[in-house]
Amino acid sequence: MTSSFETTSNPIHAAHGEPLVVLENVEKHYGDFHALKNINMTVNKGEVVVVIGPSGSGKSTLCRTINRLETITSGEIRIDGKALPKEGKALAALRADVGMVFQSFNLFAHKTILENVTLGPIKVRRRAKAEAEKDARALLERVGVAVQADKMPAQLSGGQQQRVAIARSLAMKPKVMLFDEPTSALDPEMINEVLDVMVHLAAEGMTMIVVTHEMGFARKAADRVVFMADGEIVEEAAPEEFFSNPKSDRAKDFLSKLLTH
Amino acid sequence: MDPLINNLDIFVPAFRNTIILFVVSGVAALILGTVVGGMRVSPVPIMRGVGTVYVNFIRNTPLTLLMFFFAFGYPKLELGNLSYMTLAIIALSLYTATYVAEVIRSGFNTVPVGQAEAARAIGLPFGQTMSLVILPQAFRAVIPPLMSVFIALLKNTTVAAGFSVFEAGAIRAYLSERGEPAIVVLLWVAAIFVVLVTVLSLVQRRLENKWRVAR
Repeated sequence: MTSSFETTSNPIHAAHGEPLVVLENVEKHYGDFHALKNINMTVNKGEVVVVIGPSGSGKSTLCRTINRLETITSGEIRIDGKALPKEGKALAALRADVGMVFQSFNLFAHKTILENVTLGPIKVRRRAKAEAEKDARALLERVGVAVQADKMPAQLSGGQQQRVAIARSLAMKPKVMLFDEPTSALDPEMINEVLDVMVHLAAEGMTMIVVTHEMGFARKAADRVVFMADGEIVEEAAPEEFFSNPKSDRAKDFLSKLLTH
Repeated sequence: MDPLINNLDIFVPAFRNTIILFVVSGVAALILGTVVGGMRVSPVPIMRGVGTVYVNFIRNTPLTLLMFFFAFGYPKLELGNLSYMTLAIIALSLYTATYVAEVIRSGFNTVPVGQAEAARAIGLPFGQTMSLVILPQAFRAVIPPLMSVFIALLKNTTVAAGFSVFEAGAIRAYLSERGEPAIVVLLWVAAIFVVLVTVLSLVQRRLENKWRVAR
């Protein structure tokens, strides 16, 4: 794995570009359940934001609203200055620019690993097949699963599948990558191989929003930690500050439960 | 063997027409049924509505009535002359498509929702999400019930005999005029249907083996 950018000496407080993902007064209701409460959040270009919180806190929902896999009740979400389209071609075009990695990998079960990675570039980006395959093989090489290119997803381990899923997203050359609990469905010994790929990606300057329970990743790669509870953003801080000196009682409580085990 | 051998001039063209009815209606029903099945899970309410009304209306109509409409009602509409064969194909296609649509729709439900989400997440629009990701997987899951629909179609083609179409269902009437015993003739017709259905079952097994999805 070679990085195209060198990590800055102090990545935690590195300067970042203009706002890329902006959420303003976002509300989400599921019937009577208030899943997201007045969410305001800005993610700048090149920034890595880790969203943590207890289960049911709305962090996955938040992640999924950003490419409109979940609709919102009110408020506004803008990506690269443009409001999220509601439906149709414009929404599809936006999603092509927003990579997403799921907890359950969701590789296309009927397609080979290589086809999984080339499908988007060929059908959405209208690239020539040979060219798309060349790039796909390079991406698979980069995430360490090049030898598996012609296998079916079910023949790969969870960790390998998730790395393919990352390659599939990267093949679209996204502006931002969303990770919805990317390691939660993995056996412990496979978590690191996926996190390594993500750390490299972060170091290369990819804008990332990562919902995770991996505090090690948050410490290592995040510029900012967003702590959510009960559908609200309770606290936002640089990782060192958040982990060593949480301000809210809710975060203190959450961290104490986490660190005593 | 005699009732069969001596009357090949009836059996062969009759079964040829049966197979034409089956293949043409089968292909048309597969295409139309897949489209309607897709409409029924479309995000657009009008598409869903049209799909639901079509399936419920046609599926709840006996095939004989549908044939009646096309054989006797359609000519009165004066939309141009169509042969009874063509009208029978239209009726069989419209009728069978409703069953195909429901089978395909149940197939959609076997595909994990994450597959569609992943397809949408890389920017595929609804149509391509369906045709490239969901349908290929849904088809694999519904080959057995889909084949049952086609076997039913093969047998349903005999209803067309009642509407002046010369196919397998008409053989008995033709051969009665030649003085052949009806029971023996019908047993031969049944035997040939068994052979045709067996062929379909073999096709089904091959498709199932070829398209088995590993998860």
